[in-house]
Amino acid sequence: MNNILLAVAVLGGSGAVFGLILAIASKAFEVKADPRIESVTGALPGANCGGCGYSGCAGYARAIVEGGAPMNLCASGGNAAAQAIAAIMGAEAQTVERRVALVKCRGGYHARKKARYDGLHDCAAAMKVAGDGPALCAFGCLGFGNCVARCKYDAIHLVDGVARVDQDKCVGCMMCAAACPRHIIVPVPVHQDIVVACSNHERGADLRRYCEIGCLGCRVCEKACEHDAIHVENNLAVIDYAKCVSCGACAEKCPRHLISDANLWQEHDVVEAKTR
Amino acid sequence: MNTLTSLLSISLGMILVENIIFSQCLGICPFMGVSKKMDTAIGMGLAVIFVMTVASAVTWLVNEYLLAGLQYMQTVAFILVIAALVQLIEMFLQKMVPALYSALGIYLPLITTNCAVLGVALNNVGSTFAEAVVRGLTGGVGFTVAIVLFAAVRGRLEFAECPRCFEGFPIALISAGLIALAFMGFQGLSVFG
Repeated sequence: MNNILLAVAVLGGSGAVFGLILAIASKAFEVKADPRIESVTGALPGANCGGCGYSGCAGYARAIVEGGAPMNLCASGGNAAAQAIAAIMGAEAQTVERRVALVKCRGGYHARKKARYDGLHDCAAAMKVAGDGPALCAFGCLGFGNCVARCKYDAIHLVDGVARVDQDKCVGCMMCAAACPRHIIVPVPVHQDIVVACSNHERGADLRRYCEIGCLGCRVCEKACEHDAIHVENNLAVIDYAKCVSCGACAEKCPRHLISDANLWQEHDVVEAKTR
Repeated sequence: MNTLTSLLSISLGMILVENIIFSQCLGICPFMGVSKKMDTAIGMGLAVIFVMTVASAVTWLVNEYLLAGLQYMQTVAFILVIAALVQLIEMFLQKMVPALYSALGIYLPLITTNCAVLGVALNNVGSTFAEAVVRGLTGGVGFTVAIVLFAAVRGRLEFAECPRCFEGFPIALISAGLIALAFMGFQGLSVFG
């Protein structure tokens, strides 16, 4: 009987002592969290996409409250979220420029392959197995859809063997860009029609051998532009959106019809209809 | 055997010969649970090293001074001590060393009463204080070695072709078993014969 009492006393006693220590410690080591962090987290969409550059919505909320991060970085929440956050923080709301992803390649079925690849249906794996990918173009979309699998918003799909972004659904989180082993997905202003949908830096003569629509670096667009907004750098046309006024002069002159987004897909539908 | 030799042989034993995962089969739950990614595996490993070392020291003291004559209560008393201790350390770190707190993150409370920690504490009964601390530290190192190795293996398993019914967890368990077999190669290894 004594044994039982002793055991109970020792264990109960030490339990009580530990409990007391913890209770005191929780007061002594209390970390005061700013209540605004929680309300800002609540105002964010909670998708944890990471598009703002912080580790999820809670991380971004903490950066806003404690680090003074800009309040208009949430592409997914858009203006509504920016206004809600500004109201919590007592600051003036800044507008969010909506940006969407753009796949800088339209090759797909219009680009030749150097080998048939039957392996794992995964861009990164294909690049490893088939010597930088089964496509002859060392820059273009591989078309196995790593970006499609990553997208939380169902906004990117494979069309004609190449990834294409649905601008209405895209929130600009750029998780597809992180998933792309070719690094050819970039953010552009939404409804920006004037884009160069090619990433190839090879000379035009070489590119012509394997791709029907890639940028040749012929500089016709450069000459057509009145605003000094498009330049060929390293055999690839690059648009400076600070200067571009979307007049479409370059798109009209481009011999590959590569520049105007809407034109391009229409053009292709025609080509495809012909080949069928 | 002098002190240094005995500490060395404990270290070698805990890291390789009697590796806590592959030989003693303790702590399999966090081992399987957070070995999918290399960075989580490293985080878990660091947390285990930390908790195991501190817990070994404290449970040794508890066993020596509080439980004299009450040895049959070791298990339950150790659970109590370790759980309280980890809670205390967590609060302390959050306030005093926020960098370490955020590095260990969720893993610290996760391993509070993990069987690997408890197992080392129970194995420490009968050894000296220094031996207990070294066993805790190197036990944690052994755990880290195991989980980091296994995280690398699992990274490759993702892309390996295996029969449908073995995909995912089963093939991970089989691989763990194979590594354990490989670790049997260390049997008989000892410091200074």
